[in-house]
Parts: sequence; C-alpha cells; structure tokens
Amino acid sequence: MAQRKIRVMVAKPGLDGHDRGARVLARCFREAGFEVIYTGCHQSPEQIATAAMQEDVDLVGLSCLSGAHRHLFPKVVELLREQGAEDIIVIGGGIIPDEDFKMLYNAGLKAIFTPGAPLATIVEWVRNHVVPRS
Amino acid sequence: MKKAEKIREGDVRTATRLIRNLEDRLPEAKTTLKHIFPYTGKAHIVGITGSPGAGKSTLTDALITSFREKKRTVGVLAVDPTSPFTGGAILGDRIRMQRHAEDSEVFIRSLATRGALGGLSKAVGDAVHILDAMGKDVIIVETVGAGQQEVEVVNHAHTVIVVMVPGMGDEIQVMKAGIMEIADIFVINKADREGAQQLYSLIEAMLNMAHDFPGGWRPPVIMVENVFEPVSFKEKVEELSLKIDEHYQHLTGSQLLGDRLRRKTIVEINEALRDFILEPVLRDLVTSGEFDCMVEKLTHRESDPYTLAEEVARRYLKESH
Repeated sequence: MAQRKIRVMVAKPGLDGHDRGARVLARCFREAGFEVIYTGCHQSPEQIATAAMQEDVDLVGLSCLSGAHRHLFPKVVELLREQGAEDIIVIGGGIIPDEDFKMLYNAGLKAIFTPGAPLATIVEWVRNHVVPRS
Repeated sequence: MKKAEKIREGDVRTATRLIRNLEDRLPEAKTTLKHIFPYTGKAHIVGITGSPGAGKSTLTDALITSFREKKRTVGVLAVDPTSPFTGGAILGDRIRMQRHAEDSEVFIRSLATRGALGGLSKAVGDAVHILDAMGKDVIIVETVGAGQQEVEVVNHAHTVIVVMVPGMGDEIQVMKAGIMEIADIFVINKADREGAQQLYSLIEAMLNMAHDFPGGWRPPVIMVENVFEPVSFKEKVEELSLKIDEHYQHLTGSQLLGDRLRRKTIVEINEALRDFILEPVLRDLVTSGEFDCMVEKLTHRESDPYTLAEEVARRYLKESH
C-alpha cells in the first residue's frame, strides 16, 4: 500500500571532522521513521549536491563546526538550484554565529539549528516542512 | 512515455524519482515501468553479499574504480536494513563510495529493505530495470549484511559474489544450505587476518565435495589482503574484476544465462501477480475495515486463517469463473 516515506541526507561539508552531532541527528531521524542517507565527513558541496540528487532526498541537513558555513552552505543550495533541484530543502547546523543567520537565510537555507537545539524540535520542523513529492 | 524517454537519456531526477515512487508503491509508477521494460536486459548485474562488516561497500567502491578504468558505466544499488520498530533506516554504504560522486557515469542509489525478507528491498528488481534502461553497463547490487538466509540476490544477479572474512564461521556454517550455495565467486576479505588460510581450505574442501558445477563453472576463491596496502589491494580487486567478466562470458557462452534469466523471470511474474491481485484485495479489506475484523476474530480464536482466507478468495475469485 502506498505510503510516502521521508528521505533525508545528513552531510558534513568541508574539512571539519567532528561528526558526532551529525551522527546523533542521523540516528534521531531514523528513530523518527525517516530514511537517512549519511555521507560522512569531508564532503565537497559538489559531492553533497550530486548525492542528494541521486538519492532523491526531500531534505539535506548540513553540519559545520569549522566556521566555513558562510561559504559551504550557500554553495550546496546554489548547486542544487543549478541542477533544477531547488525543491530539495536545505537546513544547517553547527557553530553558527547569530549574525550569520540572515546571510544564510538569504542564500536559501530554510532553517538553522545551533548547539542546544532539542532534537525533538528539529524532527518536528522536518515533519512540518517536508511534503514528499511524486 | 515521456518519463521513460527521459530515463533512457540518463536523466537522474526522473530515474531516482521513479525508484522512489516504486519504493513508496504508488500504482502509477508501474505504468512507467511498462514503457521502460523493452529497453532493459543489456546490463551485467553483479550481486555482492556477505556478513555485516565483511567489507562489501569498500569492495564495491574498488570495483567501481576498476570498471571505470575500462570505460564502463556503473550503477549501484546499496541496500541497508529498515528498523522493524520505527520504519526508519540509516543508509550508510554510500560513505565508502563518495569519491565517485562527481563522476557522472556512476549512479549510486541507497535503498532500505522496508521489511522485505531475503536481504533486498522489494523495489530492487524494478530499480535494476531502471538503471539498465539508463544504459549502465554494470549494475552492482549490494545486499544488507547477509545471514544464512539472505540469498534473494541470486534472483536478480547474473554473477553473485559472496564476501567472507576470517574468524567468523566454522565448519558447520560452510556446510549449511543458503549463502554458500549461491556464490559464483568467493572473496575472502581482510585476508591478512588470522584464520584466512583455514577459511580458504574450508571453502575449497566444500567445493571439492560438489559432484558437478552447472555449466562447469567452479567458483574461484579470491583472497583480498589488507585494504590498507593499496598496491596489493588494487591488484586483487583487478583479479576479481576480471573473474566477474570471465563469469559473464561463461554464462553468455552457455545455456546458463538462459537458466538464470528464466529464474529471474519467474520471480518477476510472481511478484507482479502479487502486486496486481493480492495488493488490491488487501487494500480493499483494510479500507472497508474487514481486515481489522479478521484480526479480531483470529486473536479471539473465533476462526482460523484458512477459513478467513477461503471466504475472501471465494468472494473475489467468483467473477473470473
């Protein structure tokens, strides 16, 4: 029987190798009943965008703790847009100063979660914003 | 029809969306598949199975490199288990293959088992057709870490590779029915570990006991050493890659390919009948609430499954007689 399943990708762009948070989030999405594609650390925006396309995910969650989010996050959104996949929602997380929020939202990110954000809040956000397409 | 054309042109979004709709079991997805079917049957389908942690994904990654060096296009379907409790899944095999993400001739798609038994997702057979129609020369199907009974890949692959690691089995395991019987090629991975030679001898001894091999193909056993030693690892993978080709040539040069295709076709017809006959009936029963009533009756021992099934069958099959 037809039942739409939410598919998300959790990815870590750039050189930062601290993926504990990303793995906790991936696990938490699994608990929520989503199908989670985890691509690991040290991914280029190009690798992330291609994987998101091939996997047909509804949402990409990017995590960055190194400070390079201003460059890396918008790049992923841009690459998806270039390939006609602007409907894939991109959200970000990690060490992100308040003053960067506006810039990231303007670049097309739909939500930013920083350390301390309850996992349940993130899952709830995804449930409320993802409508699987056919 | 338009979708089928787009897939043949290699449009990633259309292809992957169709796979998704098939996984989600949208009835209209099957219609597109009808248009795709005539363009399938060209790819060499390679199944990779073996216990969890045996190194299937690393091997798949290395095989992709080998096939690409020979200018062949590659599709990968990587299957991981679905949680029986939440329905969620972590699809993590892609991590080891990400270096191919920027090669447009490599298409990798992860699938969750979604409760299917046998180590594969129900959508795998259809997804193979889609990658085939996209023009991939080789399609690698990596199953979930296989136990003794995860042998379904044999119904979908031309060449089955069983990956084993030393120190995980014993003599009785090698004798049991199931996983050992489906191998066209054995790989002993992490062969630098203790017990590799013993495992090799066990497999060879088992093969020696076989009376004959269909078509005369005796499964070779390849020892793949230390993945941290790039030169020898690469050589071993090359050896494996050549064996895969050799096996396919062996199949096409004999009656064997026909036998495999026939087996695959029987499975496909069975599944299609189930989709078109059983599924609509189940849907009916669920929406009308009758299914719940049946469950109630059974739990209170007011009836038995056979009587209930007979009643349903009598009602639905009446028209066709």
